[in-house]
Parts: sequence; C-alpha cells; structure tokens
Amino acid sequence: MKSEQQYIELYHEASSVIKERSCPVMNVVRDEAFEAFRQVGFPSKKVERYKYTDVDAAFAPNYGISLSPLTVKPSAYIYNMKDAPIDVTPYYHQVADCSDAITALNTALVHDALLVYVPKNTRVADLIVVDNWLRGTAATMMNRRILVVMEQGSEATLIINDHAADKQRFLVTQVMEVYCHDNARLDLYEIEETTPLCSRFSNVYIREGRDCSVKHNSITLFNGQTRNLCDVYLQGENSEVTLNGCAIGSGHQRIDNNTLIRHEVPNCQSNELYKYVVDDQSVGAFAGKILVEKDAQKTVSQETNANLCASPDGRMYTQPMLEIYADDVKCAHGSTVGVMDETALFYMRQRGIPEAEARTLLKNAFMGQVIDQIKNESLRQRLYVKVEKRFRGELDKCEDCRLCK
Amino acid sequence: MLEIKNLHAQVGDKAILKGVNLTIRDGEIHALMGTNGAGKSTLSNVIVGNPSYEVTEGSIIFNGQDLLSMSPEERAHAGVFMSFQAPIEIPGVSMTNFMRAAVNARREAMGKEPLKSTDFLKIMREKRKLVEIDQKLMNRSVNEGFSGGERKRNEIFQMAMLEPTFCILDETDSGLDVDALRIVAEGFNKLRTTETSAIVITHYQRLLDYIRPDFVHVLIDGHIVKTGTAELAQKIEEKGFDWIKEELA
Repeated sequence: MKSEQQYIELYHEASSVIKERSCPVMNVVRDEAFEAFRQVGFPSKKVERYKYTDVDAAFAPNYGISLSPLTVKPSAYIYNMKDAPIDVTPYYHQVADCSDAITALNTALVHDALLVYVPKNTRVADLIVVDNWLRGTAATMMNRRILVVMEQGSEATLIINDHAADKQRFLVTQVMEVYCHDNARLDLYEIEETTPLCSRFSNVYIREGRDCSVKHNSITLFNGQTRNLCDVYLQGENSEVTLNGCAIGSGHQRIDNNTLIRHEVPNCQSNELYKYVVDDQSVGAFAGKILVEKDAQKTVSQETNANLCASPDGRMYTQPMLEIYADDVKCAHGSTVGVMDETALFYMRQRGIPEAEARTLLKNAFMGQVIDQIKNESLRQRLYVKVEKRFRGELDKCEDCRLCK
Repeated sequence: MLEIKNLHAQVGDKAILKGVNLTIRDGEIHALMGTNGAGKSTLSNVIVGNPSYEVTEGSIIFNGQDLLSMSPEERAHAGVFMSFQAPIEIPGVSMTNFMRAAVNARREAMGKEPLKSTDFLKIMREKRKLVEIDQKLMNRSVNEGFSGGERKRNEIFQMAMLEPTFCILDETDSGLDVDALRIVAEGFNKLRTTETSAIVITHYQRLLDYIRPDFVHVLIDGHIVKTGTAELAQKIEEKGFDWIKEELA
C-alpha cells in the first residue's frame, strides 16, 4: 500500500468532523482539493520538484491527526480565519496550487487557519511574531494554513517560529499564501528550530502587485527532515523579491529547498541567496528556478546558491535554473559546493585556535553572509547568536520557547 | 630552545628536506638564506606543523618537548609563531574575534582565565601602535582588503598579541617598501626579549640590517651547506649563491 491510502481513508473518516470545526471559506474548496490529492497521490522522486525528497516514506508512518482548535493570542493584525475582518474569499486557496500533492492534502485536511491582515497604508513598526509550538503525546500530524494579506501601501515584518515542545514525532504540512497589493512591503522570516524527530513540508506562495517589495528568509537551524517550496509570482511592474535561505544540517538531517520565481511582467527584480552547511551525514538540496516570461523585459535577476560540505559524508545537491523567454533581461545564476578551506584552518591553528573552534568560526563566517542581510537589527543579532550556538552544538532545544525550559 | 636533528620532509612524493640539523639557543637570531625551492619554507612549515608537509625522518625538540608529536595549536600554545610569507584572507571572521579566540585559547592552555573584553581591547590598542596598524583594519575580516604591507604588519601585530618565545619570519620583508620594512623590523625588535629566538628567512641583506642575526645558514637542495655570521649574508648579497655551490662541487 502506498502512503496516500491512509490519508484517503482518514479523509473519509474525518472530513465531517474537520468541516464542522472549520469555516465555509475553507470547506468550499475542501472536497475538490481532496479529489485532486486522490488523483495525483504523493509524488515519487521522478517528479522533478520532488527528486531530492522521499515524500512517500515521510508520510508512511501512522500519525494521529491533530484537530485541536488553533489558539490565537489576541494581537493586532493576527486573526483566526473564522474571525476574519475582511472577506477572504478572493484570497483563500487562490494562488495555492493543488497540482502539488502537499498543497492538496493540506487544503483537504486543515481545519483552522491563521490570517495576517495589514490594512491599506498601515505601516506596522513592531514585529508581528507567530510562534508555532508542536505539542503531542504521540506521533502527530499537524496541518497548518496561513494567509497573509498586505493591502495597498502596507508595510510589515512577519516572523514565524517553529518549535517542537515535546520530544515526539511530528509531521507538519504548511501552506502559506501571501498577497501583496500595490506598493506593499513585507519582510517574512520563517525560522525552524525543531528536533530530529520532526518532518516539515511547507509550500509558500507569494503574489506581488505593482511596486511591491517582499523579502522571504527561510532559516533552518534545527530539524529532522524539511522540504520547503516557495513560489513567487511577480504580476505588477517595478516589484522586487528577495529569497534568502540559511540551512544548517548535521546528524542525519535533510533540508530540501525548492523555489520558483516567475517574472510575468517587465521591470521587476529578483535576488536569491541560499547558503547551506552540511555536516556529518546530513543532506542538503537546493533547486531554484527563475522563469522570465515573454513580456517580462528589463528583468534583473540574480540567483546564488553557495554550499559548504563540512564533513566527508555531508551531501549537497544543487540545481540553479534560468528559463528566459524575453530578450532584454539581465539574469545570472551560480552555484558552488566547497569544502572547508584548509589553508585558513591551518592559519588559525598556527595562532593557537583549536581545530574544532577554527571550524566553527569558518562555518559561522560562511553563514554570516546570509544573516548580514536581515534588516531588523534585533533579529539579526539574535540570529548571529543562534547560528553560532548551532555550530557549537549548543542549540539542541529551542531556547526562546517557554515550554522547553 | 630548538633542536632539529636529521630532518627529512616531503610534499606529496617530492623530498624537499634531506637531513637538516640546526640548534637554536635562547635569544639567538638565525637567518636562513638559500635559492628558491631549497626548502626554506618547507622547514618553517614543518616546524609549525602544517599538515600538507610530511616528515619522514628526524626530530625537532622544542624546550624539551617533541614538537613533531604536537598539533599546530599545541605548538602555538608552547610559544611557536610563524609570520606567514603570504598571509591569507579569512572572509567573515573579524580580526578582533580572530585575535580574541587565539589569545584566549593560549590562555586556556596555560590555565588562565579568558581576558575580559575591556582588557582585551586595551591590549589590542597598545599592540596596534607598535606596528602602526589602523584601528579600522581590526573591524574588517582577517586580511580582507589589506594591502601587502598591511598583511605583513598584521603578522607582527599578531605576534605582539601572542607573545611567542620562538618566531619564524618567513620572507616578512618581501613586498614591503622601505618605511614599512623599518616599522615591521623595529616592531619585531621591540617585542623581542632576551629569551626570544627566531629564524629569519630572507633573500635580502636589508632586513638583516635591522634584525641582526647571530648566525646565517645557507640552505641548498634540502641541506644546510654553510653556516656563518652576519658577514656571510653580506657576501651572498654581493655575490649570490654560485660561489657556495662551487665550493661544494
């Protein structure tokens, strides 16, 4: 039996309960999404965008699905979808794509959703922080849905932290849809700090109008298996998107990031920088495609993926891609996979710095380049500390998380 | 202080050192001269434990310790320092963090507490003045964007911070203009104590005008073929190495 069978059965058993606990806007697309999932099934490694992650194996274990209600601490701009202050029909499940099995399954099974809504011309000075705590006494599957609506001229910084509060097996699917209306600015950070027992499948879809600026930072500090997809649709002129990634693997961790930036209109700019350090037997994968459509003249795009294999058994797969149908564009892409600089190591050891410490300093320096780009000062400083702790092996629990103390 | 006996070393399959014997006592300066490829840099790299060089025979005893059985960092903690011929850049590691890690690692090896941040910065400031190195270089990554002269000064600055008892200056004069050479050499002289010994590798007499050697050795084809006093360096400056090779033949 392939793994999807148990989810098909689960849907038959639980869909009425899910619908009961959910809201109309989510229910209206549910059956259709399930049907899409049933037809497409989990992707095999022959499917291009899933070739580095064994989805079937990740979903095979018997997880109990969590249907407990989403608790949203009352705060400005964050809502339970049920209490949405706006009509979300034009947004919910519009950019998310059900030809992707994870998105389809998430849409079928998710009962609660989070809405981040920033009204027109509102500039949010404080950070909007969402903390996800994985809790459970048995192996648990969580399906998470986030909708971000940035109205015209709005500006915000949104941080989404993933923690695992219990030493338990967790399987998380996440679909996040981000809509930026004209002249909106969003800095979005996703920071994963879970445990080797956690599997995460996250699909993020971002749609930008005119004169928008979106920065998405995907930071995998500690995890088990992670597969992040991020698709960006540039649909209005003079917009820009930055996708940055920091992925740190050790032990048997796996980190797979798959991105697509689709330039649909002229005069947009995209920047992408993903860096990986893979230590021990960990495996990293990066596949990033920049697609420039026929009319998207004057596109400027730069894609970089730099990787450090810090151990002989660390593995890195990298696949930068450019697909260009316009003729007046400036696009570059590059990828490097390297090992520790032995000359630098020796220089440091000659000065008395012990080898392990020298290696930590070099890994930290390598990753620093991504963290340097974080605009928010306090977050940047916090991440320097976290990344360094991670390389020192001191980040084995989520230190900020009250539940873990 | 340092006793090298019958030292043979190779890089890959190529034998470079073919039986070097050298004894250096406390406070002595030994100049090492020789043609390109004679093995001068190999000798210094072997002393500091560069893993790219393989010792096939012989021994190095440093203050009674078997140096060849020690890791590069242990040798540094014991007081061995090399001023690199071509100091490399380490992007992303600031000079200050690098120096703090080095100084505190040595202190830890000596059983001392790590320096307090304010004390450390104060020492940095004092030592910087010795080699007239700009504060703004300290905020940069190690050697990143440093000119050739600044890199060499930075080597002597690091020596000042680490207070070694045995130094190797590997062509510290190369690439320096006259003023920079004076600053670097005078910096070194100020740092010297009566116990500090050094091997000074150079192609030129000029450095030795500032740092007066007690002995001058000539290394040719992996052997020390001649040893003399400061006058030997002057003679080499005038006549080159051919006359020595002729003597050997």
